[in-house]
Amino acid sequence: MSKYYVNKFLYTVDRDPRWVARYKEDPARALADWEKDVGIWLNDVEKTSWVSFTDEERQALINQDYVWLFENGAHFFLSLTLFVAVFEEDYTREHGPLSFQREFARKLDHWLGKDYPSVAL
Amino acid sequence: MAELTAVLASTHHPFYLKATTAPPEERIPQADEWKRKVEAYRETLTAAEPDILVMVGADHFHQFFLDNYPTFMIGKQNKYDATFYNEEREFGIPKYVLEGDVAFSNFMHQGLLDRGFDFSFSHELKIDHSIICPIITVRPDADLPVVPIYTNIFAPPLPSPKRFWDLGRAIRQVIDEYPTDKNIAAIGTGHLSLELGGPRQFGEHGPDPEFDRQAIEWLSTGNIDAILENVTHESMSGAGNATHGFMDLILMMGIAGPENADYVDQLDLYHTREMFMTWYPNKNGRQAAAAEQSAAVSGGTAGPVTAKVGVTA
Ligand SMILES: [Fe+2]
Repeated sequence: MSKYYVNKFLYTVDRDPRWVARYKEDPARALADWEKDVGIWLNDVEKTSWVSFTDEERQALINQDYVWLFENGAHFFLSLTLFVAVFEEDYTREHGPLSFQREFARKLDHWLGKDYPSVAL
Repeated sequence: MAELTAVLASTHHPFYLKATTAPPEERIPQADEWKRKVEAYRETLTAAEPDILVMVGADHFHQFFLDNYPTFMIGKQNKYDATFYNEEREFGIPKYVLEGDVAFSNFMHQGLLDRGFDFSFSHELKIDHSIICPIITVRPDADLPVVPIYTNIFAPPLPSPKRFWDLGRAIRQVIDEYPTDKNIAAIGTGHLSLELGGPRQFGEHGPDPEFDRQAIEWLSTGNIDAILENVTHESMSGAGNATHGFMDLILMMGIAGPENADYVDQLDLYHTREMFMTWYPNKNGRQAAAAEQSAAVSGGTAGPVTAKVGVTA
C-alpha cells in the first residue's frame, strides 16, 4: 500500500479543475497521464524516483472506488471532496441535493460501530 | 499593553453562505434560523470593538499536504489571499484578500518560540475556509488585519488535547504582552462531532449529539479538567472521524482561560451541530448588553450551559 501516493493523487487532482475534468471523463487515461506528468513531480526540475501504485490501488482509482479507498486508509477528506467533485452534479440532478454524499455513507455502513481503518501513514 | 476584548470559538460550516443566500425555494428549512443566529453571534464580536484579529484555523489540504504538513504554523504577511478553487467549487465561497499585521505576527511568533512552541511559519500563506468562514459569519466586511495561526487537526499523528490547551494559554500570554493600545479579538473555528468521507456523514444530525452537548458544557464552563479527563484522540474518533477539529475549540478556550463563557448558542443542523461561543475577558457594559441582546434574538444564553440543552449552568 502506498497510501501517500494515493493521497497525492486525490490531492493534486482535486485542486486542479483540468485534472478533475479529465478524471471524470476517463479515469483510466487520466490516471496513466497523471503518473507520467504529476505523480513523480517534486518541483519543476526535481522528480521523486521511488513512488508508484500497487495494482490494487491503481484499480481502485480507475474504478473511482471510494469504498476500497476508505477501507485502505486513504484520507477521508481528500476522498470525499474529490468524489463529490466527480459525482455530485449528476446525482443532484437525478436524485436531489446530498444524494451522492448519502449514498457514499450508505456504502460504508458496514463500518458503523467499528474502528475505521487509520488514515495515518 | 494590548487588550484582549473577546475570544470567539465556533464551528465552521462552509455551506453557510450558500445555504442562506440560495433562492428561497432552494433553501434548507433551517436557513432563516441559521442566519438569525449567525447575525446575533456577529454582534458579540462587534461589541468587542476589535482592531486586530488573531485567527485560528486548520488547512484542509488546500495549501499543505503530506509532503510537508506543519503541526503549528503562523502567517507573517501584509496581505493574505483566501479561498481555493476547490472551495469555490464545492461551497461557493468567494475569494478575499485580507490585511495582515506583520509586526504582531512577528511578536506572536517570537513569543511562542520563547514559550516552547517551535512554530513553522509562512510568508506566502493562502487562507482557507477555516478562517474565511468566521470572516463571513462574524466580520463580513473583512476590514481588519489578521494574524493567522494554523494547527494540525487533520493529518495524524496529531498533538494532544493538552497541547492545544497549552498553546491557547501561551497565545493569551503573548497577546497580553503585546505593546499596543489596540483591541485584539481572538477568533477560532473547529468542529464538534463530525464525520467526513465515512458512514456517518451527512446524517440528519451530527454523528454524536451526546458528545456535542457534553462538549458545549465543558467549553462554556471552562472545564479543562473534564476535557483532559475525557477527550482523547480515540474518543474523538469514536464521535466521528473528523471530530479532532474540537481541539481548535480547546485551544480557543485556552486563550480565554478556565472561565465561564459569556455567550453560548447552538443549532442542530443536518450533518453537524453548530456552536457559537464568546468570552469577554474584561466584560464591559456594552459587551454584557450585547450578549443579552444577542441571546434574546438567537435563543442562546448570556452565560454557560449544561449538557441538558439550553439550561443555564
Ligand atoms: Fe473543517
